[in-house]
Amino acid sequence: MYNIVTKRELVPHINLFEFSAKEIAVKTKPGQFIILRVNEKGERIPLTMADVDPEKGTITVVCHEVGKSTRQLGQLEEGDCILDLLGPLGKPAEIGKFGIVLCIGGGVMVAPLYFQAKALHEAGNKVIGGIGARTENQLIFENEMREVCDEFYVATDDGTRGYKGLGFLEELLKERKIDRVITMGPILMMKKVSELTRPYSVPTIVNLIPIMVDGMGMCGACRVTVGGRTLFACVDGPDFDGHQVDFEELMTRLKMYSPQEKLAFVFYEEGGSSL
Amino acid sequence: MSKPKPKVRKEVISMSKQGLEERIQNFNEVAFGYAEEEAVAEAERCLQCKKAPCVKACPVEVDIPEFIRLIKEHRFDEAIKKVKEKNSLPAICGRVCPQEEQCQADCTMGKIGDPISVGRLERFVADWERERGYDVPQKSASTGKRVAIVGAGPAGLTVAADLTKLGHEVVVFEALNKPGGVLVYGIPEFRLPKAIVAAEAEYIEKLGVTIKTNAVIGKLYTVEELLESFDAVFVGTGAGLPRFMRIPGENLCGIYSANEFLIRVNLMKAYKFPEYDTPVWVGKKVVVIGGGNSAMDSARSALRLGADEVWVVYRRSRKEMPTRMEEVENAEEEGIKFKFLSNPVRYFGDERSWVKGIECIAMELGEPDESGRRRPIPIKGSEFIIDVDTVVVAIGNTANPLIQQTTEGLEVTKWGTIVVDEETGKTSKEGVYAGGDIVSGVATVISAMGAGKRAARAIHEYLMNKR
Ligand SMILES: Cc1cc2nc3c(=O)[nH]c(=O)nc-3n(C[C@H](O)[C@H](O)[C@H](O)COP(=O)(O)OP(=O)(O)OC[C@H]3O[C@@H](n4cnc5c(N)ncnc54)[C@H](O)[C@@H]3O)c2cc1C
Ligand SMILES: Cc1cc2nc3c(=O)[nH]c(=O)nc-3n(C[C@H](O)[C@H](O)[C@H](O)COP(=O)(O)OP(=O)(O)OC[C@H]3O[C@@H](n4cnc5c(N)ncnc54)[C@H](O)[C@@H]3O)c2cc1C
Ligand code: FES
Repeated sequence: MYNIVTKRELVPHINLFEFSAKEIAVKTKPGQFIILRVNEKGERIPLTMADVDPEKGTITVVCHEVGKSTRQLGQLEEGDCILDLLGPLGKPAEIGKFGIVLCIGGGVMVAPLYFQAKALHEAGNKVIGGIGARTENQLIFENEMREVCDEFYVATDDGTRGYKGLGFLEELLKERKIDRVITMGPILMMKKVSELTRPYSVPTIVNLIPIMVDGMGMCGACRVTVGGRTLFACVDGPDFDGHQVDFEELMTRLKMYSPQEKLAFVFYEEGGSSL
Repeated sequence: MSKPKPKVRKEVISMSKQGLEERIQNFNEVAFGYAEEEAVAEAERCLQCKKAPCVKACPVEVDIPEFIRLIKEHRFDEAIKKVKEKNSLPAICGRVCPQEEQCQADCTMGKIGDPISVGRLERFVADWERERGYDVPQKSASTGKRVAIVGAGPAGLTVAADLTKLGHEVVVFEALNKPGGVLVYGIPEFRLPKAIVAAEAEYIEKLGVTIKTNAVIGKLYTVEELLESFDAVFVGTGAGLPRFMRIPGENLCGIYSANEFLIRVNLMKAYKFPEYDTPVWVGKKVVVIGGGNSAMDSARSALRLGADEVWVVYRRSRKEMPTRMEEVENAEEEGIKFKFLSNPVRYFGDERSWVKGIECIAMELGEPDESGRRRPIPIKGSEFIIDVDTVVVAIGNTANPLIQQTTEGLEVTKWGTIVVDEETGKTSKEGVYAGGDIVSGVATVISAMGAGKRAARAIHEYLMNKR
């Protein structure tokens, strides 16, 4: 059993959780994820770590409630426990001295991007941050990101805050010499970012989160096509070269269980308390 | 006990099964097991021959004639103790071992009638004990030595049980959320109820072993780090890396690896969705590619999950199938259909990228290959198409690579398996031993246990000589 040390609602339906998990906290590097299960009947939920505190022995994740399992997690409170917590999984992000690094995050994945941006900043890079959300009141981790970025942009899909869409990125790419782009967020956003950077040949790292089951290479549910080759995102990634990824395939594969997910959600919302 | 000796019965006592109609609708165990009087009657058939070819053919050397004699005399309690001297997982082995190729293969009784059903008797005494609660044997005095085991499959659990009995402190690190390895994530409930695996693992914990689940070695700790706080390490990480054919269309929706399909169904209990949260999708027509245990288990699971029609497509012929004939017969009885000498060459999908068809090619058998089986060769121009809603690719697994990738100085074969000394399980790295599927590639539960036994013996010796 793993204890929830802190729970904080960042915006409606997006919560930050700090779990006590000493062994994992000591080992984790930015870019790695955990898999948790709330209870015996629960699904395995992969979440990328947004921070760790090795001394305190805790790990932090930020989870968006998008279906039954994430909703169930969202209903837990400080002091509650979850049944299973496994990690750190996946390859750590490459943290080197690249020069000027652009970190583009969208939605809930801004939180784990912060963990990488922080490490890149500490490694002596000039970090330009750009974060976005659908609309103003969905933005998360703005202050945290500001702290580790030398330059900072905010954008929303509907323009209620900062830039509207990814226009600022086009300008940045045109005007500045960017050495590396790291992007985490909705697939369409990462696809767009990769398309924008391609003409400038800026190395662009995307974070792929297909459906996963075991998270350690034993099932192949997470297979993605990168550069024409099939790879397993959980062990070969989750970071990949955005210019080589087959985003279309990733999007269709993510929808594979839509009908079942909806069913589970409806059951849960209607009779949920028994679980 | 001295009755006049009647003529021995030549026919095996049959074991009752769930009715066909019923069993293909549920995941309950197919075979019911012997009742007491049936077990005794079967035991009475044993000739108690001096040669005991059964013992020689048992990878863990269970004293088979002796435990059967005890059953015959209704001394079930002593019978199970006899089995457990050598085998810590009898309820499992009694169910899934290929006895027909091992202990029962050269049975003397088999020369004049049916061989003694050693497996069913083993299962009977193990179940008899479990229903009454386990007797935990005395532990030897502590040696003060600590051993880490990586992987809680049959190999790891066997090493753990044997070493703890000898007084060593044993911690098992298992990456999944439950111990058992393939027994819990691969073999379906209807062949091996998970409550039995849990009970056998619990027994091993009662012996004094600590099982730490959710612990991926190579990530959480390296083997190197384990060696800092343990005197020896045993690697029993199995062969769980699914193989794909790498043909066009293999990433379409609706195409699973057997491992994904079975992990969802068994470990995550997707057959109880939505009571359990993990879903699995099975369409009306399911095709399973392959001919081994995984293929049979996937096909029979798909049927129980509501498929109208399940086909197994295998590139060789029935004779070459690397699975127990009993399981093939069970599958056929349940209505699974087989398409032999055929191999997929590509998949195609509908407008939503869901698989809807497989292009296959017919095969013929040529000269024997390195496995001794005749090599399948495609017949030019013989392509044909099968319509399908769901595909399960069950063409085998290769060694889990994480330990090999993260442990320096560990010699590995070109197939990714760990190189060991056959007799001791000793690897090229001091203090590190390995056994089971991680060494042999996918084999059997009992051979993994046999390797575990040999390694336990060697580790014990190593620890007692180490200063
Ligand atoms: C490596 C990895 C890291 C992730 N990190 C985060 C994170 O930091 N924060 C966060 O909020 N979410 C993260 N996710 C996504 C999160 O795991 C899923 O949203 C969650 O499992 C959905 O479960 P559900 O039952 O609530 O929703 P469901 O009803 O099952 O699904 C709702 C939607 O989520 C998607 N989804 C379902 N299952 C998965 C899955 N196993 N993996 C990915 N997407 C899925 C589906 O496309 C579906 O549209 C990550 C996923 C992966 C694979
Ligand atoms: C579907 C299927 C059906 C089968 N049916 C039969 C049958 O009927 N009869 C029979 O005799 N054999 C059968 N087999 C084969 C048999 O199950 C295997 O040979 C046997 O389980 C091998 O045991 P093992 O202990 O070596 O490995 P496994 O059982 O594979 O166990 C290895 C364990 O190690 C864990 N692990 C892996 N990597 C790590 C890591 N880095 N850190 C921590 N833990 C890790 C895994 O999660 C797993 O639990 C079947 C196999 C399959 C796949
Ligand atoms: S999640 Fe199973 S292989 Fe990646």
